[in-house]
Amino acid sequence: MPGYSTNELRNGLKVMIDGEPATIVDTDFVKPGKGQAFVRVKYRVLTTGRVNERTLKSGEGLDSADVVETDMQYLYSDGSTWHFMLPSTYEQYEANEDAVGDAALWIKEQDVCSVTLYNNVPLSVAPPNFVNLEIVETDPGVRGDTSSGGTKPAKLETGAVVKVPLFVQQGEVIRVDTRTGEYVSRAKD
Amino acid sequence: MSGGGRDGEGSGDSGGASAPGADWRPTALRAALVRRAEIAAAVRAFFAARGVLEVETPLIGAATTPELHLESLAVDLGGGAVGWLQTSPEFHMKRLLAAGSGPIFQLARVVRGGEAGRRHNREFTLLEWYRPGWDHHRLIGEVEALLEAVLGEGIGSAERLTYGEAFRRHAGVDPHRAPLAELDAAIARAGVAAPAFGPDDRDGRLHLLMALVVEPRLGPGVVALHDFPASQASLARVRPAAGGAPPLAERFEVYVGGVELANGFHELTDPAEQRRRFESDLACRRATGLPPVPLDHRLLAALGSGLPASAGVALGFDRLVMLATGAGSIDEVLAFPAERA
Repeated sequence: MPGYSTNELRNGLKVMIDGEPATIVDTDFVKPGKGQAFVRVKYRVLTTGRVNERTLKSGEGLDSADVVETDMQYLYSDGSTWHFMLPSTYEQYEANEDAVGDAALWIKEQDVCSVTLYNNVPLSVAPPNFVNLEIVETDPGVRGDTSSGGTKPAKLETGAVVKVPLFVQQGEVIRVDTRTGEYVSRAKD
Repeated sequence: MSGGGRDGEGSGDSGGASAPGADWRPTALRAALVRRAEIAAAVRAFFAARGVLEVETPLIGAATTPELHLESLAVDLGGGAVGWLQTSPEFHMKRLLAAGSGPIFQLARVVRGGEAGRRHNREFTLLEWYRPGWDHHRLIGEVEALLEAVLGEGIGSAERLTYGEAFRRHAGVDPHRAPLAELDAAIARAGVAAPAFGPDDRDGRLHLLMALVVEPRLGPGVVALHDFPASQASLARVRPAAGGAPPLAERFEVYVGGVELANGFHELTDPAEQRRRFESDLACRRATGLPPVPLDHRLLAALGSGLPASAGVALGFDRLVMLATGAGSIDEVLAFPAERA
């Protein structure tokens, strides 16, 4: 397995740490006076999302992780497995609930997601940053009612609940930022 | 893991790999470059007023330091000849001292392979100066005066602390006498996921504790550490063990706000001892697979002819500018750091 030396470590690089695939979040080169150099590495364990820290001697190596991020089309879900397809080869991949995580709240069939593969198995799924979804349930808003801060909860076709302005009605399609889970606007078309 | 793969084309650098040359602009703001030039002028005025001569020495030397933790880059000089980019102007400046130059200073560009980070760049500027007839304590006083001249009155005088006191205070361990197991316990207490050290690697453990535990807790303000372990003497004199005290290196480091700024020595002048340390470092290089470097015979000859008793110090000029401008990264005070060189 190809490896990286400490001076090749960059943010975003995928490496193996303690037998787990991880992505490097931050590195800091420290060297006391005339002494030995160390590299402090902050990394996110890809299976758990936890951020840890590790100090390496300068010149030590880390194995690279067989992790690739690739765009795939979401096909369908049978409730426990989510099916994705690599558009270039029509190859299909199955992601379990852990891998899909919160992305399940936002994705519709045909959406293109960023799927992280570890040893060719989906490890995580990132939805598009913005999605257009239909509101399936919300109270009819009363104009001028600001008692709830001018927003009301709305349930979307995927099951997610977001806060929307009072003027937005059931049946409308809205644009949502999946990174924050916030309403952005009414969808243009 | 979220959005990362969505906006970046391909994986890797966040710098954005667009058209070649797209990152041609300097990383420092013009205001930082102005401040940098002002500080260089202030440094020159400081030493001119004190009768210290500005000198320039070669960037490419026939020899270089064998020190284990410094990587000298080689230059192909053509015809099979190799030169070495200097990691510090020390050897050449000592030859000037031996030739009777009197007190000298230099703003020297130096090169150290493998050093890159928030406070490191492959090439950087050292402000290095030597005071014949002085010891390291007197020189710490002059470093304070320089900091005050450049950074302003508010900087205050340095808290002087021995290396041993600093470790006892901040890492809860005696660096000179504690068994290695106690050093490991101190590392574990600090919650540092540490690399593996060899069973006899005392200095490796001390360097880690220094970098990750002690240094960040020095200050606020200026702290001068002195009396280092003899094993870390580098080119400083070693005071023999006396009255229960271990042998100590007459070396100091100056920190400002927990950031290492300067390293100074009461200089070793004994050519036989100097040769012994060089050869021990070279042997260690061979044993650990580090590249060999040529021995600096001219420096040894200069010491043999008589280096006046002196104190010398090397101060990171870029870090000084970082302090003056409040920069968080060395890139903010360099026109073009190594990645854009």
